[in-house]
Amino acid sequence: MTAATTMSDKGAPRRKTAYGSMSRDRTWALRWSYFFLVIFAAFFLLPPIYMFITSLKTSAEISAATNPWWVYNPTLSNYVELLTKPEYLVFFRNSVVVSTFVVTITMLISIPAAFALSRMRFWGSATLATGVFLTYLVPDTLLFIPLFKMFAVFHEWTGIQMLNRWWVLLVVYPTLTVPFCTWIMIGYFASIPKELDEAAIIDGASWFQTLTRIFIPVALPGIIAATIFAFTVSWAQFLYPLAFTTSVDQLVLPVGIITTLIRGDVFAWGQIMTGALLGALPPLIIYAFLMDYYIAGLTAGATKG
Amino acid sequence: MAGVTLRNVVKRYGDVEAVRGINLDIADEEFVVLVGPSGCGKSTTLRMIAGLEDISDGDIAIDGDVVNDVPPKDRDIAMVFQNYALYPHMTVAENMSFGLRLKRYPKAEIKSRVDEAARILDIRELLDRKPKALSGGQRQRVAMGRAIVRNPKVFLFDEPLSNLDAKLRVQMRTEIKKVHLKVRTTTVYVTHDQVEAMTLADRVVVMNHGLIEQIGPPNELYHHPRTRFVAGFIGSPAMNFIPVQLLATDGGLDLFITGSIVLPVPPARVERYKGFAGQAGLVLGLRPEHITETSAAMDPGVAPFAMTLDVIEPMGNETLVYFTIGGDTMCGRVSPNAGAADGQPMRLAANLNHMHLIDAAGMVL
Repeated sequence: MTAATTMSDKGAPRRKTAYGSMSRDRTWALRWSYFFLVIFAAFFLLPPIYMFITSLKTSAEISAATNPWWVYNPTLSNYVELLTKPEYLVFFRNSVVVSTFVVTITMLISIPAAFALSRMRFWGSATLATGVFLTYLVPDTLLFIPLFKMFAVFHEWTGIQMLNRWWVLLVVYPTLTVPFCTWIMIGYFASIPKELDEAAIIDGASWFQTLTRIFIPVALPGIIAATIFAFTVSWAQFLYPLAFTTSVDQLVLPVGIITTLIRGDVFAWGQIMTGALLGALPPLIIYAFLMDYYIAGLTAGATKG
Repeated sequence: MAGVTLRNVVKRYGDVEAVRGINLDIADEEFVVLVGPSGCGKSTTLRMIAGLEDISDGDIAIDGDVVNDVPPKDRDIAMVFQNYALYPHMTVAENMSFGLRLKRYPKAEIKSRVDEAARILDIRELLDRKPKALSGGQRQRVAMGRAIVRNPKVFLFDEPLSNLDAKLRVQMRTEIKKVHLKVRTTTVYVTHDQVEAMTLADRVVVMNHGLIEQIGPPNELYHHPRTRFVAGFIGSPAMNFIPVQLLATDGGLDLFITGSIVLPVPPARVERYKGFAGQAGLVLGLRPEHITETSAAMDPGVAPFAMTLDVIEPMGNETLVYFTIGGDTMCGRVSPNAGAADGQPMRLAANLNHMHLIDAAGMVL
């Protein structure tokens, strides 16, 4: 009986267990992924953790020769002092106002510009699109001196003072954000099938309606990516506000922290760390909310897919 | 509803002429299919009718009015695209009503039109879904629905079935024909698939290299092609072409194919062809169904010949046999019981009553 069963099994396919299996390859790939992920996470997360630890210390403890990774006498005094300081709240408000306006201005310019450059083929549109990108390649460190000179000349001619006014940043930040945002949105719009706007045009939509009712909803992930970029750039911009604004009430957060919390060679480390941490919160919150949106592919199902 | 007229329409891209002066009259309620190989200018022609491409020369008229400079939205047309082009962020109902909403139709009217189109296309239960939750065939129906609700003068279809799998394509082909019978809107339909062209069209327009080769009802194109291109393009498997010499004999004509195959021209055709005897570059065109097994009582004009088959393809209802004459592969259709086998000799019969004689310029004589 057993012999017969063994005989009949000979026809069954054999398993060659000596070969590697798919699941084993996958296991190794996962191990390597985790190995590098842990390294990168440590590399990027340690500085903020260190900042957080330092922000909970008193000045005395920061300068004391104790373990820098441990807080012996935790205190919220840095947070209390900073948040009750009117200047810091002014910096914060300035940053919020500037970033909000810059993001709005950038989107109002970039979206129509990208639409025109990617869809309405007109004379020189390809050159213009490349030009937009080249503009972005010019570093801001090269631009701030000529810009400064331009504002000075503008003041001489018109009598309108632009230097040391927070709203001058609404003019200079878009020179950084518009080219890049236009460029990513040209790319995003280009990925929208041409038949989609042709269908809209045949359905009776004008160019403007095609943009607002088809392109913007479909390209929302791209637009959100551009928004995040524009917000990050204007929130974190340091050089321009340092060059163009000087009075305490005109400063934005990054410059404000540096100019008010460093007096000569005295560094208020606890408050600097606290200020920087609090300043990093808004972008963090925005990222957390928009990331899902950003990743979700809204174009699925538009065409064969 | 309206007719469409094309007069000497030309489309140039720089120095390249994609469409080289075509004339076409499409009657009201007619279903016309433009068919041809890739790059023959059929899609360009359709896009010019739609207004998505400018016309380089000539006139296009819809319902008697020249529309050369009229923007697409004012031409009162609707178009169905190959990749459906549904708006991904809108539901099926919103997709279908988008055009009507832009034109600010009353809500009740929009709803009744969408419901009616959904009923015709049998997609009522899909109205609240987004395109990504639909299958290919359903998306294609929605794209058609979007065209139907507009109640336009002309429907334009740009290879609407090319993205579907073979089975669904046959099914949707029938659907399109049914829909046309229901709504009777003038339709211009572009495809590279001659079967689609034959099955759907009232009239087929065969295009090649930017020119119209022939216009006619499907059966006329099949049985009376005017050029070698049309003869070879329409029909599957394609028509056999073989170089022949036309030799005059006593009171008749012979088709000299090879030393061993000389077939007599049927008496009814002698008068038509005798002027071409001895002319160089002649080609015999014969459809596969006119090369069959021999039978006991053969009609006049059917000539037997012996061949060694290369391969056979049993199709169930018939068997396709392939053989080579002078380097050209030929195809015949024989009965599944005729005893054809791979590599075996077989006696075949050519029904020359259906022959086509083609001159060196590619014209059917």
